[in-house]
Amino acid sequence: MKKLLILSGKGGTGKTTAAAALIDFLKARAFADCDVDAPNLHLVAGLTGTPRTSEYYGSQKARIDPEKCTGCGACFDHCRFQAIEKNDNVYRVNEYACEGCGVCAYVCPAQAVELVDDVSGIQMLYTGKRVFSTAQLKMGRGNSGKLVSEVKAALNDHAPETDVAVIDGSPGIGCPVIASVTGVDLVLIVSEPSLSGISDLKRIAATARTLNVPVAVCVNKFDLYEKNTEAIETWCEEEGIPFVGRIPYDHCASEAINEGHSLAATGCPAALALRNVLNEVLELLEVPECA
Amino acid sequence: MKIAVLSGKGGTGKTFVSVNLAAAASSSLYIDCDVEEPNGRLFFRPEHRNEETISVLLPVFDGALCDGCRKCVDFCKFNALVYIKEKPMVFPGICHSCGGCALVCPRGAVSETPRPIGVVEAGTSGNTAVVTGVLEPGEISGVPLIRAALAKASESDRPVVIDCPPGSGCAVLESVSEADYCVLVAEPTAFGLHNFAMVLELVNLLGKPCGVVINKTEGPYRELEEYCAEHHVNILCRIPYSTELATLGAKALIAVRENEEMAAVFRRLSDKIEKEVRR
Repeated sequence: MKKLLILSGKGGTGKTTAAAALIDFLKARAFADCDVDAPNLHLVAGLTGTPRTSEYYGSQKARIDPEKCTGCGACFDHCRFQAIEKNDNVYRVNEYACEGCGVCAYVCPAQAVELVDDVSGIQMLYTGKRVFSTAQLKMGRGNSGKLVSEVKAALNDHAPETDVAVIDGSPGIGCPVIASVTGVDLVLIVSEPSLSGISDLKRIAATARTLNVPVAVCVNKFDLYEKNTEAIETWCEEEGIPFVGRIPYDHCASEAINEGHSLAATGCPAALALRNVLNEVLELLEVPECA
Repeated sequence: MKIAVLSGKGGTGKTFVSVNLAAAASSSLYIDCDVEEPNGRLFFRPEHRNEETISVLLPVFDGALCDGCRKCVDFCKFNALVYIKEKPMVFPGICHSCGGCALVCPRGAVSETPRPIGVVEAGTSGNTAVVTGVLEPGEISGVPLIRAALAKASESDRPVVIDCPPGSGCAVLESVSEADYCVLVAEPTAFGLHNFAMVLELVNLLGKPCGVVINKTEGPYRELEEYCAEHHVNILCRIPYSTELATLGAKALIAVRENEEMAAVFRRLSDKIEKEVRR
């Protein structure tokens, strides 16, 4: 099973719109949403039935027992994350700032600090003919990279025999993105012809390079400002990055999504362009074109 | 006054709204906390720039002092340490810089050394002071950079506009932590609504007052308007999609400096927010 990951660096360029269309074109039997901070693929994946859900324990959180706490402040002094709050010599842990390192528990002379497991997200797995793995991080929680790895592991463990699995990623270049890139066969970067889009494209490409994963680039809403689209193509050529297509700005995209399905069946210009992008991508993945 | 601009979903117009809010003010400080993909600077093109390298602490093990007791490896909750060839070794990207390994080492064999993860740039653009956190590609966590960028606010008495990262995780939480008011930028699509609901939950959880800017409207999207009404969220303004705005955005031009109508829109928005904050 080849794994195709959709990324963009910049948010809102059309990752999920593209991913959902590619999934439908491919009639993909295995796909995942690794944008655990703001997952959306389930809104247009056309899945029925209830997913199997499980709690995700990201890290531990410290808890101070007020009965045992002597108010010495050792935890406060040693915490590097400003996670210990002090109010009239009463110390408590800010659960959002706490990273669960355990230093406070170690330095507490009164054994008043306990580390407790923390539910920092929910994992969901749709099984059946099509397997879809997704998750939702709890508000304000860290460790999203670890949750992304769990989402991918669940897909791996349950995916049926299939050529290509499609994975929707998250914006940015940090922890969840890095976790999503590891072990995939190709990253398709959905760019857009804005200076922001170009800057972010270069940063995500650099990030993928540090991880030794091949990338390909397409430009969404290319007709918004064609000069920048050309600049992206030239840059790709200079960098030796395959450029796999231009997708026009198309009303049809937001309409389809608001109706809860992908662009695939609409036959509108953006859908046709995405179909061509898919063919280029399959060639790069050395997978035969689907019917 | 500190205003944080956030959205959950990427690409709804956080940078558009925050850059223009800051540029519309007679004097302001714009802080880009989207350190993974900082774009405000592309619009402001700040001058008189200076750069400060931001580092985190990374353990260093003194082979001569280490007796191989492995207390540090056992203590590390992040599995950032491994014990190879009778010596602990650190995976820099995984280390959270908690200092635990140095603390638990009975032989004082662990010291800490700064490891750069990015820079905080500062400069000016017209009436706006521009501060940008820039994470080095390949680095995992931008939170220390966000803290360093936000620290610049305490050195200034200007009104502050904070451009937040997308999502609703730890980086967003850090970015909004000191905000007096949150502006949620929502896009009138099913994706936009879904992620808007998430960040609304986040700011409510933090007890921050907030209002919504609906960006790129193309006719009413009832679901979003109804959601706002049900949750008693004030809609501050609606900005219609226009090719002109999209092109200005593509060229990274600041709308309020190019278009008198947009200047008026953002002055009104700014006034509204100020009234809301004073309430």
